[in-house]
Amino acid sequence: MEERIALMRDDPAVDLMVDGNAVAGLLAEVFGVDVSPSEERCTHCGTVSTIGTLRVYMRGPGVVIRCPACTDVILRIVRTPAGIRLDLSGAAGITLRSPAR
Amino acid sequence: MAIEWQLGTVSGVRDETPTVRTFTLALPRWSGHRPGQHVDLRLTAEDGYSVERSYSIASEPERTGEVDITVERIEGGEVSPFLHDIVVAGDRVEVRGPIGGYFVWEAPLGGPVLLVAGGSGVVPLMAMARHRARSRSDVPMRLLFSSRGPDEIIYGDELGRLAAAGDGFDVVHTLTRRQSPGWTGYARRIDEAMLGEVLERFGASARAYACGPTALVEVVANSLVRLGLPPARIRTERFGPTGT
Repeated sequence: MEERIALMRDDPAVDLMVDGNAVAGLLAEVFGVDVSPSEERCTHCGTVSTIGTLRVYMRGPGVVIRCPACTDVILRIVRTPAGIRLDLSGAAGITLRSPAR
Repeated sequence: MAIEWQLGTVSGVRDETPTVRTFTLALPRWSGHRPGQHVDLRLTAEDGYSVERSYSIASEPERTGEVDITVERIEGGEVSPFLHDIVVAGDRVEVRGPIGGYFVWEAPLGGPVLLVAGGSGVVPLMAMARHRARSRSDVPMRLLFSSRGPDEIIYGDELGRLAAAGDGFDVVHTLTRRQSPGWTGYARRIDEAMLGEVLERFGASARAYACGPTALVEVVANSLVRLGLPPARIRTERFGPTGT
């Protein structure tokens, strides 16, 4: 574990990462509801994760969202002049929770 | 609908530390928020170029019609230097929110609650502490707060006052780079041993909220699991190495 922590401190990919909370606004724009408390299942490894905890890389031209377990791509979002382009192929399913309150 | 952009007016600006400043945004159409949620800010230049950034809400929901956001000035950043150097009271910005239903704590959720913050990661946790105080909740709450030095403790005075109220809220500081003379508190990065000590009062029944740079949040989340907290009761928010 110590090794893993040391690795994470030095890993630029981890340094550039935020989590699903940071793109909750963009996702709400796409889905029409806040999906950050909702769960998705990774197509690649089957892990179920809360969307707020997913690994998010947003410094490139688009947003790439990865599974915290296997780090494979779950979702890509790119804003183009024509609109928002969404690639959801890494999510086997998303369970939308009813709005809180 | 919460995701629509609305126009807010900067109604107050105040310094928290030499590099951290709080902006009060007056929002006539604000629908209210839950402690821990954030807003998206959109700034648009005259040529149409626009940038969006997420900022945690620092104020408690009991304050209505306005929210505070607290922003660290990141050298070389695109948005935070603009907010710090250019924006003054009376300016208008586009805002949408509240956003995020995951990293949220409200008094009815109960506790005890352990909050763990690194630097400006304290902002959403401050909304929780302020909400706890304003709603006269008696839920035990402890904040473990890592700052680089004594002059960089965000909300230092207010946290001291909240703790002095003696109503079940307290703060444990760690100063990782510079300590004031005579400092007897923690003086290192947050680690499992430190978390074990601050958690002792609550044990494994605690709910935990950790916010800060990604590396810190990873250490905290992994350590808390090893200390016996169920993963489902650990909520995390990572903002990367810096905001911009």
